Amino acid sequence: MKMRVINLIKRAAAVLLFAPAVALAAAASVQLDKAPVSTDPAALQHGAKLFVNYCLSCHSASFKRYNMLTNIGLSEQEIRDNLMFTAERVGDLMTVAMRPADAKVWFGTAVPDLTLVARQRNSGDGSGADWLYTYLRQFYRDTERPSGWNNVVFENVGMPHVFWELQGEQVANITENADGTKNVQLSLAKPGKLSVEEYDKAVADLVSFMVWMSEPIAEKRKAIGTVVLIFLAGMFVLSYALKKNYWKDIH
Amino acid sequence: MTTKSQALLNWIDERFPLTSSIKGHLTEYYAPKNFNFWYFFGSLALLVLVIQILTGIFLVMHYKPDASLNASGVPVAFASVEYIMREVPGGWLIRYLHSTGASAFFVVVYLHMFRGLLYGSYRKPRELIWIFGTLIFLVLMAEAFMGYLLPWGQMSFWGAQVIVNLFSAIPLIGPDLALVIRGDFVVSDATLNRFFSFHVIAVPLVLIGLVVAHIIALHEVGSNNPDGVEIKKKKDANGIPLDGIPFHPYYTVKDIVGVVAFLFFFSAVVFFAPEGGGYFLEYNNFIPADPLKTPPHIAPVWYFTPFYSILRAVTFPLFGLDAKFWGVVAMGASVVIIAFLPWLDRSPVKSMRYKGPIFKAAVAIFVVCFIILGYLGVLPPTPGRTLVSQICSVLYFAFFLLMPWYSKLDKCKPEPERVTFK
Repeated sequence: MKMRVINLIKRAAAVLLFAPAVALAAAASVQLDKAPVSTDPAALQHGAKLFVNYCLSCHSASFKRYNMLTNIGLSEQEIRDNLMFTAERVGDLMTVAMRPADAKVWFGTAVPDLTLVARQRNSGDGSGADWLYTYLRQFYRDTERPSGWNNVVFENVGMPHVFWELQGEQVANITENADGTKNVQLSLAKPGKLSVEEYDKAVADLVSFMVWMSEPIAEKRKAIGTVVLIFLAGMFVLSYALKKNYWKDIH
Repeated sequence: MTTKSQALLNWIDERFPLTSSIKGHLTEYYAPKNFNFWYFFGSLALLVLVIQILTGIFLVMHYKPDASLNASGVPVAFASVEYIMREVPGGWLIRYLHSTGASAFFVVVYLHMFRGLLYGSYRKPRELIWIFGTLIFLVLMAEAFMGYLLPWGQMSFWGAQVIVNLFSAIPLIGPDLALVIRGDFVVSDATLNRFFSFHVIAVPLVLIGLVVAHIIALHEVGSNNPDGVEIKKKKDANGIPLDGIPFHPYYTVKDIVGVVAFLFFFSAVVFFAPEGGGYFLEYNNFIPADPLKTPPHIAPVWYFTPFYSILRAVTFPLFGLDAKFWGVVAMGASVVIIAFLPWLDRSPVKSMRYKGPIFKAAVAIFVVCFIILGYLGVLPPTPGRTLVSQICSVLYFAFFLLMPWYSKLDKCKPEPERVTFK
């Protein structure tokens, strides 16, 4: 009788161990390219330039001040001369003049603030940087959209392809798989000012800047963390020796 | 000690029980000498409580519980958190310590509770310690839930929306109760302000009171140990337990080792993975709360997910009341039932070391179920997952409700006379 109870328990345990496999049956996901994120100041400065020229006209980065760009190696004078178009003081926040209500009329949606976008877009599919890197390279011509553009990663996105001059125009060959999912093949119909490699590099720099912007302290955080962990490892040895010494009389 | 400092001490002792308190709780509080790894988590829970209070004090200096929009169209509360992260010197560290501390609190408390389960620490005469502990766990969940609203991100907002709506499932008083909790018909500025007040003042006061009661009760009856035998039964000529050692210095120096080891892992998360892979800081919570945009998938933070799974597992109405209500009942019961363990366990021995195969298997199944429930609570439901969570929920309750029978039925090993110590 008892043996049977135990067997039953064992069998139940086995069922439970395999349960997650059943529960985890297939979920659709987007294929993201790995973003070559850099912390090199030159890349970040190039990214900052692209961000200010192409993004900051509609998107704010309202948790950031212009003078925080000194942390990627720019001087306040350089920031004033090259990167400030609308702001008056170098300590101003990187805001935009466009009102959210107007944006809703013009683009059909409020234009999101981009300070934290690299952290927001993290998901099971990849990092926020991967998402941005893939998204900014996968716009294609779509005459059915009001802006004339569509995107593979972000279907029916409100934003037009702001980098079309640089990337050129891609067209999509959309085929439907047997299971109803879509298969999108992009090809460059009209080349832009930059070659494919140059454009990928430019987007990588921009994404690197956005990653930096989402958490400017990240690099310093890891540097401090290394020191903290080494200190604690040393403390562990000392505290363990102290404990051993106190406990040597306990039998 | 010099005569002057002795005189000062005497002066204090005549007015306040300083020396006797130090003796009673530290230098002459005799703890069993055979505590193992699992006994670190009580002192670590206290450490995390202190971390949370200290970092919380500094966060409140810069945080603003205000749901109105600033000039850039961002809620002030959300912007104030980013202000702390970017412009307050060291603010990022304080905030990451606090956000990681919340998860660490539950890690430590879950392990502390599991220790109690392993060694029967809830058994007579420690029933009240266990009940205070269950209340601490309950209050801690309220504290964490209210704190999670404060950053005013998408998950803060929609998580609160979902959980507060649960209360409206209670018949008769439900809708009014939900209204009282929110202070509004939707989660709004009123909700944010009252949650701030509760998170910062009311709940911590209750929490500290309960922790004090937990420790006073513990020091009254004395600690259990991995063998589950009472050390007070065997005393020497001076009335000191033969297997007891003074808490200070022996366990203070031992706990320092635990504290340093804990801080190592804690710092590894704070400095290298503060988002905890999206489990400690959910990615969606970097998006400011938007009452008009429901996220496609609302998942509570990881430490709530086992209970959230039990809630979702109830998918059928009963006695004319809808499934949601019974889900809430099941979720509430799944927490409250923990408090009844002292009276459910009828085993002749306390410790897992001397319990029989049935009890061991029951605990193993319980732990596996708890982990699966926690895992499923993070994911959106599918019919397959719901079925698994239903099986696990039934087993979760069966572990408690059938315990009076299987714990008696089990063939236990004899307990030793004295604790085992190598």
